Amino acid sequence: MVFTGFALARFTWDNRPVAEIAAVQQESAVANRSASPGAVVVAGLWREFGERAVLRDVSFELPGGATLAILGPNGAGKTTLLRVLATLLRPTSGTVSVLDCELPRQAWRARGRIGYLGHEPLLYRDLTCAENLRFQARLYGLPSEDEERIDSLLNQVRMSRRADELVRNLSAGMVQRVAVCRAVLHEPELLLLDEPRSHLDPEAAALVEPLIGSAPGRSRALVTHDVEAGLAEADLVLALRAGGAVAYAGAADGLSAGDARAIYGGRP
Amino acid sequence: MSAFRAILGKDLRVELRTLQSVPAMALFAVTTFVIFRYGLDRTALSGSLAAGVLLAAVLFAAILAINRLFVTERDEGGFEAIRLAPVDGTVLLAAKAVALVVYLLVLEAIAVPVFAIFFLDGWGGLAALAGVLVLVDVGLAAPGVLVSSIAANSRARDLLVPLLLLPLLVPMMIAAANAAEPLLVAGGPSYAGTGKWLAILALYDVVFLLVGYAVYDFLLED
Repeated sequence: MVFTGFALARFTWDNRPVAEIAAVQQESAVANRSASPGAVVVAGLWREFGERAVLRDVSFELPGGATLAILGPNGAGKTTLLRVLATLLRPTSGTVSVLDCELPRQAWRARGRIGYLGHEPLLYRDLTCAENLRFQARLYGLPSEDEERIDSLLNQVRMSRRADELVRNLSAGMVQRVAVCRAVLHEPELLLLDEPRSHLDPEAAALVEPLIGSAPGRSRALVTHDVEAGLAEADLVLALRAGGAVAYAGAADGLSAGDARAIYGGRP
Repeated sequence: MSAFRAILGKDLRVELRTLQSVPAMALFAVTTFVIFRYGLDRTALSGSLAAGVLLAAVLFAAILAINRLFVTERDEGGFEAIRLAPVDGTVLLAAKAVALVVYLLVLEAIAVPVFAIFFLDGWGGLAALAGVLVLVDVGLAAPGVLVSSIAANSRARDLLVPLLLLPLLVPMMIAAANAAEPLLVAGGPSYAGTGKWLAILALYDVVFLLVGYAVYDFLLED
Protein backbone atom coordinates (compact mmCIF):
# COMPACT_ATOMS: atom_id res chain seq x y z
CA MET A 1 0.00 0.00 0.00
CA VAL A 2 2.68 2.45 1.09
CA PHE A 3 4.78 1.91 -2.01
CA THR A 4 1.77 2.12 -4.30
CA GLY A 5 1.09 5.44 -2.58
CA PHE A 6 4.65 6.63 -3.25
CA ALA A 7 4.38 5.62 -6.88
CA LEU A 8 1.01 7.36 -7.28
CA ALA A 9 2.35 10.49 -5.59
CA ARG A 10 5.29 10.55 -7.95
CA PHE A 11 3.22 10.39 -11.09
CA THR A 12 0.50 12.75 -9.92
CA TRP A 13 3.11 15.26 -8.75
CA ASP A 14 5.07 15.71 -11.93
CA ASN A 15 2.82 13.99 -14.44
CA ARG A 16 5.69 13.14 -16.77
CA PRO A 17 6.24 9.69 -18.13
CA VAL A 18 9.83 8.81 -18.93
CA ALA A 19 9.07 8.63 -22.65
CA GLU A 20 7.89 12.21 -22.54
CA ILE A 21 11.11 13.31 -20.86
CA ALA A 22 13.07 11.61 -23.61
CA ALA A 23 10.97 13.54 -26.12
CA VAL A 24 11.84 16.79 -24.35
CA GLN A 25 15.52 15.85 -24.49
CA GLN A 26 15.18 15.35 -28.24
CA GLU A 27 13.28 18.59 -28.53
CA SER A 28 15.99 20.47 -26.66
CA ALA A 29 18.55 19.16 -29.11
CA VAL A 30 16.83 20.80 -32.05
CA ALA A 31 18.59 23.97 -32.97
CA ASN A 32 17.28 27.34 -34.09
CA ARG A 33 13.78 27.22 -32.73
CA SER A 34 11.84 30.44 -32.61
CA ALA A 35 10.98 31.85 -29.20
CA SER A 36 7.40 32.00 -28.02
CA PRO A 37 5.58 35.36 -27.88
CA GLY A 38 5.87 35.67 -24.09
CA ALA A 39 9.18 34.08 -23.19
CA VAL A 40 8.69 34.93 -19.52
CA VAL A 41 5.49 36.05 -17.81
CA VAL A 42 5.64 36.69 -14.07
CA ALA A 43 2.67 37.87 -12.03
CA GLY A 44 2.58 38.57 -8.29
CA LEU A 45 5.69 36.51 -7.57
CA TRP A 46 6.72 36.15 -3.94
CA ARG A 47 9.67 34.11 -2.83
CA GLU A 48 10.39 33.65 0.84
CA PHE A 49 13.23 31.95 2.67
CA GLY A 50 11.70 31.06 6.03
CA GLU A 51 10.14 34.25 7.37
CA ARG A 52 12.12 36.54 5.07
CA ALA A 53 10.62 37.64 1.76
CA VAL A 54 13.29 38.06 -0.91
CA LEU A 55 10.93 38.83 -3.78
CA ARG A 56 7.75 40.82 -3.09
CA ASP A 57 4.93 40.89 -5.59
CA VAL A 58 7.16 40.96 -8.67
CA SER A 59 5.37 41.17 -12.02
CA PHE A 60 6.79 41.65 -15.50
CA GLU A 61 6.73 40.21 -18.98
CA LEU A 62 9.62 39.45 -21.31
CA PRO A 63 8.50 39.05 -24.94
CA GLY A 64 10.22 36.48 -27.13
CA GLY A 65 13.48 37.70 -28.63
CA ALA A 66 13.82 40.62 -26.21
CA THR A 67 16.45 41.36 -23.58
CA LEU A 68 15.57 42.22 -19.99
CA ALA A 69 18.10 43.89 -17.71
CA ILE A 70 17.55 43.19 -14.03
CA LEU A 71 19.02 45.94 -11.89
CA GLY A 72 19.10 46.49 -8.17
CA PRO A 73 21.36 46.74 -5.14
CA ASN A 74 22.81 43.75 -3.31
CA GLY A 75 20.08 41.76 -1.60
CA ALA A 76 17.36 42.97 -3.97
CA GLY A 77 16.59 39.40 -5.07
CA LYS A 78 18.04 39.53 -8.60
CA THR A 79 19.80 36.17 -8.33
CA THR A 80 16.79 34.61 -6.59
CA LEU A 81 14.55 35.80 -9.43
CA LEU A 82 16.88 34.32 -12.01
CA ARG A 83 16.98 31.02 -10.11
CA VAL A 84 13.18 30.91 -10.01
CA LEU A 85 13.10 31.44 -13.79
CA ALA A 86 15.75 28.74 -14.22
CA THR A 87 13.47 26.30 -12.31
CA LEU A 88 16.05 25.93 -9.54
CA LEU A 89 13.79 27.58 -6.94
CA ARG A 90 10.04 27.29 -6.54
CA PRO A 91 7.94 30.43 -6.22
CA THR A 92 6.33 30.79 -2.79
CA SER A 93 3.27 32.32 -4.46
CA GLY A 94 2.34 33.99 -7.72
CA THR A 95 2.47 32.66 -11.24
CA VAL A 96 5.57 32.19 -13.35
CA SER A 97 5.46 31.07 -16.97
CA VAL A 98 8.69 30.39 -18.84
CA LEU A 99 8.57 29.49 -22.54
CA ASP A 100 4.85 28.73 -22.17
CA CYS A 101 5.53 26.36 -19.29
CA GLU A 102 3.96 27.09 -15.95
CA LEU A 103 6.43 26.78 -13.09
CA PRO A 104 6.95 24.70 -11.08
CA ARG A 105 4.38 22.26 -12.50
CA GLN A 106 5.83 22.13 -16.00
CA ALA A 107 9.44 22.85 -15.06
CA TRP A 108 10.61 19.68 -16.76
CA ARG A 109 9.30 20.98 -20.10
CA ALA A 110 11.14 24.28 -19.78
CA ARG A 111 14.42 22.70 -18.71
CA GLY A 112 16.60 22.04 -21.68
CA ARG A 113 15.29 25.17 -23.42
CA ILE A 114 16.86 27.46 -20.84
CA GLY A 115 20.53 28.38 -20.61
CA TYR A 116 21.61 29.48 -17.14
CA LEU A 117 24.87 31.15 -16.24
CA GLY A 118 24.97 31.91 -12.53
CA HIS A 119 27.64 32.76 -10.01
CA GLU A 120 28.90 29.18 -9.99
CA PRO A 121 30.32 27.79 -13.25
CA LEU A 122 28.62 24.37 -12.73
CA LEU A 123 31.72 22.59 -14.01
CA TYR A 124 33.43 19.62 -12.40
CA ARG A 125 36.94 20.56 -11.35
CA ASP A 126 38.33 17.07 -11.92
CA LEU A 127 37.10 16.87 -15.50
CA THR A 128 38.70 18.65 -18.41
CA CYS A 129 36.94 21.48 -20.25
CA ALA A 130 36.01 19.17 -23.13
CA GLU A 131 34.84 16.40 -20.77
CA ASN A 132 32.61 18.87 -18.93
CA LEU A 133 31.01 20.02 -22.15
CA ARG A 134 30.58 16.43 -23.39
CA PHE A 135 28.91 15.59 -20.06
CA GLN A 136 26.52 18.52 -20.52
CA ALA A 137 25.81 17.51 -24.11
CA ARG A 138 24.76 14.03 -22.97
CA LEU A 139 22.56 15.45 -20.19
CA TYR A 140 20.74 17.47 -22.83
CA GLY A 141 20.51 14.52 -25.19
CA LEU A 142 22.54 16.24 -27.89
CA PRO A 143 23.67 13.97 -30.71
CA SER A 144 27.22 12.67 -30.60
CA GLU A 145 28.15 14.68 -33.68
CA ASP A 146 27.82 17.76 -31.48
CA GLU A 147 31.49 17.13 -30.67
CA GLU A 148 32.06 19.62 -33.48
CA ARG A 149 29.94 22.18 -31.67
CA ILE A 150 31.99 21.67 -28.50
CA ASP A 151 35.21 22.26 -30.47
CA SER A 152 33.70 25.28 -32.16
CA LEU A 153 32.53 26.84 -28.87
CA LEU A 154 35.89 26.30 -27.19
CA ASN A 155 37.54 27.79 -30.24
CA GLN A 156 35.29 30.85 -30.11
CA VAL A 157 36.30 31.58 -26.53
CA ARG A 158 39.94 30.73 -27.32
CA MET A 159 40.03 27.71 -25.03
CA SER A 160 40.79 25.08 -27.68
CA ARG A 161 44.38 24.70 -26.53
CA ARG A 162 43.20 24.18 -22.94
CA ALA A 163 40.37 21.79 -23.89
CA ASP A 164 42.10 18.80 -22.31
CA GLU A 165 43.15 20.60 -19.16
CA LEU A 166 41.40 19.97 -15.85
CA VAL A 167 39.07 22.79 -14.84
CA ARG A 168 40.77 22.96 -11.42
CA ASN A 169 43.95 24.15 -13.15
CA LEU A 170 42.32 27.08 -14.95
CA SER A 171 42.09 30.72 -13.89
CA ALA A 172 38.70 32.17 -12.89
CA GLY A 173 38.40 33.97 -16.24
CA MET A 174 39.08 30.80 -18.20
CA VAL A 175 36.56 28.88 -16.10
CA GLN A 176 33.99 31.59 -16.83
CA ARG A 177 34.63 31.26 -20.57
CA VAL A 178 34.03 27.51 -20.39
CA ALA A 179 30.94 28.14 -18.24
CA VAL A 180 29.58 30.38 -21.02
CA CYS A 181 30.09 27.49 -23.47
CA ARG A 182 28.21 25.21 -21.07
CA ALA A 183 25.28 27.61 -20.81
CA VAL A 184 24.82 27.97 -24.58
CA LEU A 185 25.86 24.47 -25.68
CA HIS A 186 22.27 23.30 -26.24
CA GLU A 187 21.29 26.52 -28.05
CA PRO A 188 18.70 27.64 -25.50
CA GLU A 189 15.73 29.81 -26.39
CA LEU A 190 16.02 31.71 -23.12
CA LEU A 191 19.33 32.79 -21.64
CA LEU A 192 19.44 33.68 -17.93
CA LEU A 193 22.69 35.48 -17.22
CA ASP A 194 23.82 36.52 -13.75
CA GLU A 195 26.69 38.96 -14.17
CA PRO A 196 28.08 36.94 -17.09
CA ARG A 197 31.14 39.09 -17.58
CA SER A 198 32.42 38.69 -14.04
CA HIS A 199 36.06 37.49 -13.94
CA LEU A 200 36.45 38.41 -17.63
CA ASP A 201 38.93 40.98 -18.90
CA PRO A 202 37.70 43.25 -21.73
CA GLU A 203 39.19 40.99 -24.41
CA ALA A 204 37.58 37.86 -22.94
CA ALA A 205 34.28 39.71 -22.52
CA ALA A 206 34.39 40.53 -26.23
CA LEU A 207 35.07 36.88 -27.03
CA VAL A 208 31.97 35.63 -25.22
CA GLU A 209 29.76 38.42 -26.53
CA PRO A 210 28.61 36.57 -29.70
CA LEU A 211 27.62 33.61 -27.54
CA ILE A 212 25.61 35.44 -24.90
CA GLY A 213 24.68 38.59 -26.77
CA SER A 214 21.44 39.41 -28.48
CA ALA A 215 20.49 37.01 -31.29
CA PRO A 216 17.36 36.44 -33.37
CA GLY A 217 14.85 34.23 -31.58
CA ARG A 218 16.76 34.29 -28.31
CA SER A 219 15.32 35.94 -25.21
CA ARG A 220 17.62 37.06 -22.44
CA ALA A 221 17.33 38.09 -18.81
CA LEU A 222 20.52 39.71 -17.66
CA VAL A 223 21.52 40.64 -14.11
CA THR A 224 24.13 43.36 -14.11
CA HIS A 225 25.54 46.07 -11.86
CA ASP A 226 26.81 48.02 -14.87
CA VAL A 227 23.79 50.32 -15.18
CA GLU A 228 24.83 52.08 -18.39
CA ALA A 229 25.75 48.86 -20.18
CA GLY A 230 22.59 47.14 -18.95
CA LEU A 231 20.36 49.97 -20.17
CA ALA A 232 22.15 50.10 -23.52
CA GLU A 233 21.90 46.37 -24.06
CA ALA A 234 18.34 45.80 -22.90
CA ASP A 235 14.92 46.36 -24.43
CA LEU A 236 13.27 46.19 -21.01
CA VAL A 237 14.36 46.89 -17.48
CA LEU A 238 13.25 45.40 -14.20
CA ALA A 239 14.65 47.36 -11.28
CA LEU A 240 14.33 45.85 -7.83
CA ARG A 241 14.70 47.72 -4.55
CA ALA A 242 16.57 46.26 -1.58
CA GLY A 243 14.02 43.89 -0.08
CA GLY A 244 12.75 42.58 -3.39
CA ALA A 245 9.98 45.04 -4.36
CA VAL A 246 9.76 46.32 -7.94
CA ALA A 247 10.98 49.88 -8.43
CA TYR A 248 10.57 49.99 -12.21
CA ALA A 249 9.39 47.58 -14.83
CA GLY A 250 9.17 48.81 -18.39
CA ALA A 251 11.03 49.88 -21.49
CA ALA A 252 14.75 50.51 -21.12
CA ASP A 253 14.48 53.92 -22.75
CA GLY A 254 11.90 54.92 -20.12
CA LEU A 255 14.51 54.88 -17.38
CA SER A 256 17.50 57.19 -17.27
CA ALA A 257 20.85 56.08 -15.90
CA GLY A 258 20.42 58.64 -13.11
CA ASP A 259 17.04 57.23 -12.11
CA ALA A 260 18.48 53.70 -12.25
CA ARG A 261 21.32 54.73 -9.94
CA ALA A 262 18.82 56.21 -7.52
CA ILE A 263 17.46 52.70 -7.00
CA TYR A 264 20.83 51.82 -5.53
CA GLY A 265 20.31 54.58 -2.93
CA GLY A 266 22.89 56.81 -4.57
CA ARG A 267 25.40 54.00 -4.99
CA PRO A 268 26.43 53.21 -8.58
CA MET B 1 20.09 6.25 -21.02
CA SER B 2 22.39 8.96 -22.36
CA ALA B 3 22.13 10.97 -19.13
CA PHE B 4 22.52 7.83 -16.99
CA ARG B 5 25.68 6.85 -18.85
CA ALA B 6 26.98 10.40 -18.65
CA ILE B 7 26.57 10.65 -14.86
CA LEU B 8 27.89 7.15 -14.19
CA GLY B 9 30.82 7.66 -16.56
CA LYS B 10 31.62 10.99 -14.95
CA ASP B 11 31.62 9.49 -11.45
CA LEU B 12 33.83 6.57 -12.41
CA ARG B 13 36.20 8.82 -14.35
CA VAL B 14 36.54 11.24 -11.42
CA GLU B 15 37.11 8.34 -9.00
CA LEU B 16 39.78 6.84 -11.25
CA ARG B 17 41.43 10.23 -11.52
CA THR B 18 41.29 11.26 -7.88
CA LEU B 19 41.10 7.88 -6.04
CA GLN B 20 39.12 9.53 -3.27
CA SER B 21 36.85 6.67 -2.21
CA VAL B 22 37.88 3.13 -3.18
CA PRO B 23 41.47 3.12 -1.82
CA ALA B 24 40.24 4.50 1.52
CA MET B 25 37.50 1.85 1.64
CA ALA B 26 39.95 -0.97 0.89
CA LEU B 27 42.46 0.28 3.43
CA PHE B 28 39.72 0.57 6.04
CA ALA B 29 38.47 -2.99 5.40
CA VAL B 30 41.95 -4.54 5.47
CA THR B 31 42.85 -2.64 8.66
CA THR B 32 39.62 -3.87 10.23
CA PHE B 33 40.59 -7.47 9.45
CA VAL B 34 44.02 -6.93 11.02
CA ILE B 35 42.40 -5.47 14.15
CA PHE B 36 39.96 -8.41 14.39
CA ARG B 37 42.72 -10.91 13.79
CA TYR B 38 44.81 -9.65 16.68
CA GLY B 39 41.90 -8.36 18.79
CA LEU B 40 40.15 -11.71 18.79
CA ASP B 41 43.47 -13.55 18.87
CA ARG B 42 42.07 -16.08 16.38
CA THR B 43 43.69 -17.34 13.20
CA ALA B 44 40.46 -18.86 11.92
CA LEU B 45 36.85 -17.80 12.02
CA SER B 46 33.76 -19.61 10.83
CA GLY B 47 29.98 -19.37 10.70
CA SER B 48 28.26 -16.34 12.17
CA LEU B 49 31.47 -14.80 13.55
CA ALA B 50 33.15 -14.91 10.15
CA ALA B 51 30.04 -13.49 8.47
CA GLY B 52 29.82 -10.75 11.09
CA VAL B 53 33.45 -9.67 10.70
CA LEU B 54 33.27 -9.58 6.91
CA LEU B 55 29.93 -7.78 6.72
CA ALA B 56 30.83 -5.24 9.42
CA ALA B 57 34.00 -4.35 7.52
CA VAL B 58 32.08 -3.98 4.22
CA LEU B 59 29.32 -1.95 5.90
CA PHE B 60 31.62 0.60 7.52
CA ALA B 61 33.81 0.84 4.43
CA ALA B 62 30.65 1.53 2.43
CA ILE B 63 29.76 4.38 4.79
CA LEU B 64 33.02 6.08 3.77
CA ALA B 65 31.97 6.03 0.11
CA ILE B 66 28.35 6.97 0.84
CA ASN B 67 29.55 10.04 2.74
CA ARG B 68 31.47 11.21 -0.31
CA LEU B 69 28.97 10.20 -2.98
CA PHE B 70 27.44 13.65 -3.51
CA VAL B 71 30.34 15.84 -2.42
CA THR B 72 31.23 16.87 -5.98
CA GLU B 73 27.58 17.46 -6.84
CA ARG B 74 27.23 19.78 -3.86
CA ASP B 75 30.60 21.56 -4.06
CA GLU B 76 30.85 21.91 -7.83
CA GLY B 77 27.23 22.57 -8.74
CA GLY B 78 26.43 19.12 -10.09
CA PHE B 79 23.00 19.09 -8.46
CA GLU B 80 22.10 22.33 -10.25
CA ALA B 81 23.61 21.31 -13.56
CA ILE B 82 21.55 18.14 -13.53
CA ARG B 83 18.37 19.91 -12.40
CA LEU B 84 18.76 22.46 -15.19
CA ALA B 85 18.79 19.67 -17.79
CA PRO B 86 15.72 17.75 -18.95
CA VAL B 87 16.74 14.77 -16.86
CA ASP B 88 14.56 12.79 -14.47
CA GLY B 89 15.95 12.89 -10.92
CA THR B 90 15.80 9.12 -10.71
CA VAL B 91 18.48 8.96 -13.42
CA LEU B 92 20.85 10.60 -10.94
CA LEU B 93 19.73 8.14 -8.25
CA ALA B 94 20.29 5.15 -10.54
CA ALA B 95 23.69 6.36 -11.75
CA LYS B 96 24.90 7.07 -8.21
CA ALA B 97 23.62 3.70 -6.96
CA VAL B 98 25.39 1.86 -9.79
CA ALA B 99 28.59 3.82 -9.14
CA LEU B 100 28.42 2.86 -5.46
CA VAL B 101 27.83 -0.80 -6.36
CA VAL B 102 30.92 -0.65 -8.62
CA TYR B 103 32.99 0.82 -5.76
CA LEU B 104 31.75 -1.94 -3.44
CA LEU B 105 32.51 -4.68 -5.97
CA VAL B 106 36.07 -3.37 -6.32
CA LEU B 107 36.34 -3.18 -2.53
CA GLU B 108 35.15 -6.78 -2.18
CA ALA B 109 37.51 -7.97 -4.90
CA ILE B 110 40.30 -6.76 -2.60
CA ALA B 111 38.79 -7.37 0.84
CA VAL B 112 37.33 -10.85 0.45
CA PRO B 113 40.62 -12.55 -0.57
CA VAL B 114 42.38 -10.76 2.30
CA PHE B 115 39.61 -11.91 4.65
CA ALA B 116 39.92 -15.48 3.36
CA ILE B 117 43.70 -15.47 3.81
CA PHE B 118 43.39 -14.12 7.36
CA PHE B 119 40.48 -16.17 8.63
CA LEU B 120 39.22 -19.02 6.44
CA ASP B 121 40.40 -22.62 6.34
CA GLY B 122 38.69 -23.35 3.04
CA TRP B 123 37.59 -21.14 0.15
CA GLY B 124 34.71 -23.38 -0.96
CA GLY B 125 31.91 -21.01 0.04
CA LEU B 126 33.34 -17.90 -1.59
CA ALA B 127 31.60 -18.33 -4.95
CA ALA B 128 28.19 -18.46 -3.30
CA LEU B 129 29.26 -15.67 -0.93
CA ALA B 130 29.81 -13.46 -4.00
CA GLY B 131 26.08 -13.75 -4.77
CA VAL B 132 25.20 -12.70 -1.22
CA LEU B 133 27.61 -9.76 -1.43
CA VAL B 134 26.07 -8.53 -4.70
CA LEU B 135 22.66 -8.39 -2.99
CA VAL B 136 24.31 -6.69 0.02
CA ASP B 137 25.89 -4.12 -2.32
CA VAL B 138 22.52 -3.25 -3.85
CA GLY B 139 21.04 -3.17 -0.34
CA LEU B 140 23.72 -0.70 0.74
CA ALA B 141 23.48 1.39 -2.42
CA ALA B 142 19.70 1.88 -2.63
CA PRO B 143 19.13 3.47 0.81
CA GLY B 144 22.71 4.80 0.84
CA VAL B 145 22.12 7.07 -2.15
CA LEU B 146 18.88 8.38 -0.68
CA VAL B 147 20.44 9.18 2.69
CA SER B 148 23.59 10.59 1.12
CA SER B 149 21.67 13.04 -1.03
CA ILE B 150 19.55 14.11 1.97
CA ALA B 151 22.70 14.68 4.02
CA ALA B 152 24.74 16.24 1.22
CA ASN B 153 23.63 19.79 1.94
CA SER B 154 24.09 19.50 5.67
CA ARG B 155 27.23 20.60 7.48
CA ALA B 156 26.77 17.53 9.71
CA ARG B 157 26.92 15.23 6.69
CA ASP B 158 29.49 12.86 8.18
CA LEU B 159 27.32 12.45 11.26
CA LEU B 160 23.96 12.30 9.50
CA VAL B 161 24.79 9.50 7.08
CA PRO B 162 25.54 6.82 9.70
CA LEU B 163 22.83 8.16 12.00
CA LEU B 164 20.11 7.86 9.36
CA LEU B 165 21.47 4.95 7.37
CA LEU B 166 22.54 2.38 9.97
CA PRO B 167 19.04 1.84 11.42
CA LEU B 168 17.70 1.36 7.88
CA LEU B 169 20.39 -1.22 7.18
CA VAL B 170 19.73 -3.40 10.25
CA PRO B 171 17.20 -5.73 8.54
CA MET B 172 19.46 -6.09 5.53
CA MET B 173 22.50 -6.90 7.67
CA ILE B 174 20.54 -9.50 9.66
CA ALA B 175 19.46 -11.20 6.43
CA ALA B 176 22.96 -10.95 4.95
CA ALA B 177 24.61 -12.42 8.06
CA ASN B 178 22.14 -15.31 8.08
CA ALA B 179 22.65 -15.93 4.37
CA ALA B 180 26.47 -15.83 4.69
CA GLU B 181 26.77 -17.85 7.91
CA PRO B 182 26.29 -21.37 6.40
CA LEU B 183 28.62 -20.48 3.54
CA LEU B 184 31.48 -19.76 5.94
CA VAL B 185 31.20 -22.71 8.34
CA ALA B 186 34.35 -24.69 9.03
CA GLY B 187 34.58 -27.86 6.97
CA GLY B 188 32.85 -26.55 3.88
CA PRO B 189 29.78 -24.56 2.97
CA SER B 190 26.22 -25.63 3.54
CA TYR B 191 23.39 -24.17 1.48
CA ALA B 192 20.49 -25.16 3.73
CA GLY B 193 18.29 -22.19 4.57
CA THR B 194 20.35 -19.75 2.48
CA GLY B 195 17.60 -19.35 -0.11
CA LYS B 196 15.14 -17.87 2.37
CA TRP B 197 17.62 -15.20 3.48
CA LEU B 198 18.63 -14.42 -0.09
CA ALA B 199 14.95 -13.87 -0.90
CA ILE B 200 14.64 -11.49 2.05
CA LEU B 201 17.77 -9.64 0.88
CA ALA B 202 16.36 -9.37 -2.63
CA LEU B 203 13.04 -8.11 -1.26
CA TYR B 204 14.86 -5.48 0.82
CA ASP B 205 16.73 -4.34 -2.31
CA VAL B 206 13.55 -4.11 -4.38
CA VAL B 207 11.70 -2.19 -1.66
CA PHE B 208 14.44 0.45 -1.33
CA LEU B 209 14.90 0.75 -5.09
CA LEU B 210 11.14 1.39 -5.40
CA VAL B 211 11.19 3.90 -2.53
CA GLY B 212 14.10 5.70 -4.21
CA TYR B 213 12.30 5.75 -7.53
CA ALA B 214 9.15 7.10 -5.90
CA VAL B 215 10.63 9.85 -3.73
CA TYR B 216 13.91 10.91 -5.34
CA ASP B 217 12.51 13.73 -7.45
CA PHE B 218 11.00 15.27 -4.31
CA LEU B 219 14.40 15.17 -2.62
CA LEU B 220 16.12 16.90 -5.53
CA GLU B 221 13.65 19.76 -5.83
CA ASP B 222 14.06 22.93 -3.80
